[in-house]
Order: sequence, then structure tokens, then C-alpha cells
Amino acid sequence: MRRQRAVAVSLVIALAAGTILLLAASGFDVSRALGALVRGSVGSRYAFGSGTLIRATPLILTGLSVTVAFQAGVFNIGAEGQFIVGAIAATAIALSFRALPSPVVIPAMMLGAAIAGGAWASIAAVLRIRFHVLEVISTIMLNFVAAFAVSYLVRGPMQEHTHVYPQTETIVVAAQLPRLAASTRLHVGFLVALGACVIVWWYVRFTAGGFRLRTVGANPDAARSAGQIDVTRVTHRAFVVSGALAGLAGAIEVSGVTFALYENISPGYGYTAIAVALLARLDALGVIGTGILFGALEAGATAMQRDAGVPSVMVSVIEACVVLALVALGRARIAGGRSAR
Amino acid sequence: MSTTSAFLEATLRTATPLALAALGEVVVERAGIINIGLEGIILSGAFGALVGASHAGPWGGYAIAIGAGVIAALVFAIFAVWLRADQIISGTAVTLLAVGLTGTLYRALYGAAGAALTIPTTGPVALPGLSRLPVVGSAFFDQPLVTYVAYVMTAAVWWWMRGTHSGLALRAVGERPAAAEAAGVRIASMQLGALVFGGMAGGLAGACLVLAQAGTFAENMSAGRGFIAIAIVVLGRWQPLGVALASLVFGAASALQFLLQALGLALPYQLFLALPYVLTLAALAGVAGRVRAPANLARVDDA
Repeated sequence: MRRQRAVAVSLVIALAAGTILLLAASGFDVSRALGALVRGSVGSRYAFGSGTLIRATPLILTGLSVTVAFQAGVFNIGAEGQFIVGAIAATAIALSFRALPSPVVIPAMMLGAAIAGGAWASIAAVLRIRFHVLEVISTIMLNFVAAFAVSYLVRGPMQEHTHVYPQTETIVVAAQLPRLAASTRLHVGFLVALGACVIVWWYVRFTAGGFRLRTVGANPDAARSAGQIDVTRVTHRAFVVSGALAGLAGAIEVSGVTFALYENISPGYGYTAIAVALLARLDALGVIGTGILFGALEAGATAMQRDAGVPSVMVSVIEACVVLALVALGRARIAGGRSAR
Repeated sequence: MSTTSAFLEATLRTATPLALAALGEVVVERAGIINIGLEGIILSGAFGALVGASHAGPWGGYAIAIGAGVIAALVFAIFAVWLRADQIISGTAVTLLAVGLTGTLYRALYGAAGAALTIPTTGPVALPGLSRLPVVGSAFFDQPLVTYVAYVMTAAVWWWMRGTHSGLALRAVGERPAAAEAAGVRIASMQLGALVFGGMAGGLAGACLVLAQAGTFAENMSAGRGFIAIAIVVLGRWQPLGVALASLVFGAASALQFLLQALGLALPYQLFLALPYVLTLAALAGVAGRVRAPANLARVDDA
């Protein structure tokens, strides 16, 4: 097995190196690109705070969402869709209640988004529990449906009043998250994300509910027979909490960064989240570190595309290589008991 | 063109790449492997078709597409078969890898503006006699060659799985690997072979999108077809004929928009775009609980 792992790891390294070589061969200035990658992510206090950490915020929350699901043996690939419906709900609330003060409307947006995300995930939960539909497929299908829903809304009922741009009106200032300091674009949502990680970490580790979650994930049959655990209920709850966290990420993105809803509001956060969660080895606190790492990568990639013309989609290659390397090292295992169907 | 022929035409157009990919996935799943990387395989095939066709014409496109599909499948096989790693994580990573690689290479090789890139498509070939049949003739028998490949593949996979010794061995691997091993079947080789076939079929599905339909490549153009194909395998009850039928039903459902448009209903177009995904969910809910998957599907516990 050791030899196989070594070969697989080498393959992953070769893939990553090959991509870089290929970019160099097709005329990109690799050293300039790498310079932009570093400058755009950690090169300055501004780049770190207003680039990396802003990108990290949705990744931490969606990564946390994936962590909760995977720990319970729920293969939720739907953080992307749950993020989107959360963003829709938050925007709808902000646009409907323009006169409310910040302390009311911002929590309402977050709560509404969490409920929307949880409800969206609940569809996949019911499909799995009642109809035995593999959640990998159902959550991905729901991602597509959510993306088309947003596309419809920003060109139809929710479009801004001039009907020119496919986006909503900008939300009022009261519905925008305050910044942490005047010199940065970093908003309070980052702290919310950190807080969520601490709460989930504490819950999973120290409460009976967290114990049930881990037990169901590790071995549903044993949980049912030896632990007298209502597996169906725990599973459904994991779906809902996972979806709620992703939905919350959507609210924070609207309220803290974009201030409006538009198509492609998520550049694939829900998929990157899988790499974030796996690299953190499904540890809620670890997600903070891996979320920031991938946030830096994405912020750097944006700079790389701007300054050196290297396609930012290359980040997906790096993310895939990270996941495959973890798989090769035997470090990426979702909770053991996912029943095969 | 009459509404009926337009409807049938659209049905076949949607069904063909799905049937190709799903027929490959049937073989893979009957060997006990679920390949979520199928989405990435189709995308790799589509990109391979672009590269091949722009250098060596449409037939070169098909060849490179099949090769690209096999390579993507082999990457998955290294993790899923050789390392016996979690198939769903490995498959998801392969899809992510394909999205990143094809996107990066596309922009590196063809520039960011590559939209204007068009490559020749392979036109329809009318089968003499059959294509003259009333109603269904032109829709089923005046198609690009790749559609006929799907017909032949359906029959061939059906016959192979049911009527040959190696087909039986494949099914045994998916149901009772221990028994298969005791009978002298080499499980890993069987699964590898199945994945190579799945890679060829998925690559061909990608080629079909580029060379027989769109005439160009777009990033992420597989648009979830790999996942839909996996759902179709369930709907078709892991049987080649069932899968072909399910693909047609799915194609027909997606083609409903032609009928609805003909009726003059002004519905938002996103509704039609979302329809295939909603239908997949609804169909799975109706079927998934009542069919039995290969017993060893997606299991990685030590045999």
C-alpha cells in the first residue's frame, strides 16, 4: 500500500507541475504570475484583510457546512445551491424591509438565509430518507436548480428598476454589514464565521447531540442498535444544519460584499468547500485555517488573472490536487459508515 | 419541420450523449464502482474533441475525445481501484480536476476570447429505408453516426453482460466479490477494464456534444450530464436496455419545451433549463427505493 500511495502522490505532484509547465509553455510569465499570486493574497495588509479574509469568510462557512454533513455520513455536495438560496432569501428580506434598523434587518437576513438553506438541504434529506435517493446526485441537481432560479429572479421579479442589468437593486446601508475598521473592506461577517466554527466545534465535541452526530456518521447500524439513536432524525438534522450554515454564508456575502444579488454570486464556493473541509480533516476549528488558505489562493488567483493573464480557474486544479493528495495519503475519509446504495 | 419531428429530434439530441455516458456507467457500476467523476470524463472528452478536431478533423476529434475520457477514468481508477479510496471523494476530485484543467487549457491554447471558435460537426447520415419510416424515421434514422453507435452499444452491452462469461464475471464482481475471487476472477482487473470502457463511453459522449451538436467548446459544457447519466443508470435499473429507454424518456421530457413553445405558453426560459434537473429528482424519488443496486456498489471495506 505504501508504494501505491507514493505513486499516487507523485501523480498528483506531476499533475500540478504539469499544469504550471504547460502554462509556461503557452507563453505565460510564470514568475510574474507567482508574484501576483503572493502579492494578491498575503503581500500586504490590505491584500490579506480585504482580499484573502473576505474570500475566506464564505469558504469557512461552507467548509463548516460540509464538515457537519460529512461527520454525520451525509454526502452534501449541495453547499453551492444552499449558499445561493441563502443569498436569495437575504436579498429578498433586505429589499422588502428597507426602513428597518441594522440590528433588526441584518439578523433577519441571516436567519432567513439559514432557514432557506436548511429547507433547500431538507429536500435532499427527505429524498434520501424517504426515497433512498443518493444525496450526491440530489444535492448536485438542486445546485443547478438554484442557479437557474437566481438567473430567473435577477432578470424577472427581482431585477433592478431600470431593467438593464441582470441583478437586483443595491440593498440599503442599514442592511449592509459594518466593516471591522475604516481602512479595510473586511466586515463583521468574518467574525460570525469564526464564531460559527467555535460553536460547531463545541457542539460536536462536548454535547450529547454532537456525540450522536459522530456516532451515526461512524456506524449507523451500531448507533441504531447499540446506541438507541434515532438515526433518521440525526441524519435529517445534519442535512438541515449543514444547509443552514451554507445559507448563512450566502447572507453574509450579500450583506458584506456584493450588496446585491446577481448570477454567479458564488464562484463555486460550495465545491471549494469540500477541499476546505477535507484538508481540515473535518475539524470545525481546522476549517478556519484551511478556509483562510483557500481564501488566499482564490484572492491570489484573481490577482494572477488580472496581472499575468493566467486563468483563475487554475485554482480548481490546485484544489483537486489537494483533495487527491489527501486521498492518496489516506487522510480523506468521510465518516466511515456511509452506507453503500 | 413539424412539431412532432422537432420534438423527436430534440429528444434524440438530448438522449444520445446521456445514453452513451450512462451505458458506460452501467458497466462500471455492475463492477461495484460508482464513478462521480463521469461528469469530468465527459468534459475531458468534449475538450479532447475540440483539440483533436482542430488539428485532425472530426474523426481525429472523436479519437482524442475517447483517449481523454480514458485518461480521466484512469486517474479515477488509480484512486478508486488501486488505492481502494473513497469513490465519491475521488470522483468529485476528478470532476473538479477536469473543470480546472479544461478551463485552464482552453484559455491557454485558444485565448480568453475563444468564443468564436467553431469546428466542423459531423452531419447526419440517413439510413436507407429506415429513415423513410413515417413519424419516427427521420428522428431516429437520420442522425449523426454517433447516435447509431449508441444504438449498437446498447445491444452490445446487453448481450455482453448477459451472454458472455466475462460479462457474468463482471456482474459477480459487483454482487459478490468474494465469490468472484474464489472463482478466479481478478477483481481489480475487472474493475479497471470496466472503468476504461466507461471512460471511452463518457469521452464519446463529450465528443458527441462538441462534434455532433454544438460545433464548439464552452467551459463546463458538460453541464451536469455526468450526474444525470448516473441518475439514469438508477432509473434504468442497471440494465442496458432500461438505461437506453430511460435516456429517451429523459430526452423526451427535456424536449417538452418544444411542445410548450408550440402551444404559445410564455414561460421563463430558465424554467425549461431547470426542468431536466427537477425531472431527474422526481424520477429518482419514484424509482430509487424500489430497485436494487449491485450489492457491492461503492463499498471499499476490505474484501
